[in-house]
Amino acid sequence: MNGSLNANHLLYLLQGATWTVGLSLIAFVGGGLLGLLVALCRVSPSRPLRLVTAGYVQLIQGTPLLVILFMSFFGLPALGLKISPLTAASVSLTVYVGAYLGEIWRGCIQSVPRAQWEAAECLALTRGQRMRLVVLPQAVRIATPPTVGFMVQIVKNTSLASVVGFVELARSGQIINNSVFEPFIVYLVIAVIYFSLCYPLSRWSQRLERRGPSARQGAPLPVQQASLSLS
Amino acid sequence: MTLDFSAVFERWPLFVDGAWMTIRLAVGATLIGFAIGTLCAIGRRSDSVWARRASTVYVEAIRNTPLLVQIFLVYFGLASLGLKLPAVTVAMAALTINVGAYATEIMRAGFDSIHKGQIEAAECLALSRRQVYWHVVLLPAMERVYPALTSQFVLLMLASSVCSQISAEELTAVANFVQSDTYRPFETYIVVGAAYVLLSLLMRAGFWGVGALLFPRRRRLGTAL
Repeated sequence: MNGSLNANHLLYLLQGATWTVGLSLIAFVGGGLLGLLVALCRVSPSRPLRLVTAGYVQLIQGTPLLVILFMSFFGLPALGLKISPLTAASVSLTVYVGAYLGEIWRGCIQSVPRAQWEAAECLALTRGQRMRLVVLPQAVRIATPPTVGFMVQIVKNTSLASVVGFVELARSGQIINNSVFEPFIVYLVIAVIYFSLCYPLSRWSQRLERRGPSARQGAPLPVQQASLSLS
Repeated sequence: MTLDFSAVFERWPLFVDGAWMTIRLAVGATLIGFAIGTLCAIGRRSDSVWARRASTVYVEAIRNTPLLVQIFLVYFGLASLGLKLPAVTVAMAALTINVGAYATEIMRAGFDSIHKGQIEAAECLALSRRQVYWHVVLLPAMERVYPALTSQFVLLMLASSVCSQISAEELTAVANFVQSDTYRPFETYIVVGAAYVLLSLLMRAGFWGVGALLFPRRRRLGTAL
């Protein structure tokens, strides 16, 4: 792959882009499962559970993803664990996304009106049934726009996996640049590819926000509703 | 294998230098980025189609591409124009451009939240155009979106770690150097992670104080408008 930028380079970039999509999906699924757990723990009646998950969220939200990545990629091998770039990136992104999605979803669960909980309790539903049958279905509708919006962040954040040598879009761009020496054009192409991945998601999130339940109630974004507390 | 922090702690002056650089990058980009954001948000509401279009393109282009790519684009873009600038300046420029777009979007939401009746009432009280903009639109809008702005600026401080990739000597770059020097990667990144947590707590406390000074109503009532 020498000489100026050609079709082969573009193909290589697109191949990198599929890995960006793949890593994003891994991060979204892994982080989503972790985030659901975190959100449920954050509204649980058990005080220790709430404290531990709150600490986890604060810790991750106060640390850059890059440091988390370096910690798992360079740190874990030093502790005797062999780890590949893909594993390091997946683990770090899962831990990172779990904290943010957990916090977003906690806000959504708590913004379901309290009367719904009380009504479900009057119908003699158990706590698990109340959560599963009454609160979560309503919370999912509130949660959809901010979750889609956060998917944009996930796609963009996978670019950091390039620094530990995982060949996704940004890294494949660096590799190509090492042979063609046209950094500005190469990074411009990469930016365009990222844009075409993220922009549809952004628009989708905006559309959902405009016609979503939070828009109808005129409520502020669920992320900022931290004052309510359930126990 | 056990954790041993002694070699890492020995190099504390390096970490202090790195943290200072991170603070400078964050504060500089926050201030300039906020100014850009406010101007672009005003541009987005102006009568001129071109001003609206330009600021929309700016916001969407920045919000839908990764900071890492933006930093490389600014770095190599300036270089291909023949400008040889120090890495820190480039990092500051890229961070400013980045946070400016987010600030635009947040300030726009703030402007949109100002009720039209407020502006009409101010006009009836014979306030000048500038007075209306300042007292009725800009300050109340800022007050409303202040929490969103501050969390964006804290995220910017954390994101400045990416500047280590163009060898701007901030906290993460220092960590990379120390870990290759001491062969204690896990300990190094734990220390640096803790430093970032501390910095973000400090930043939140700082913003809380600034908010209490700037918005007396918030201070008195404990809420925004």
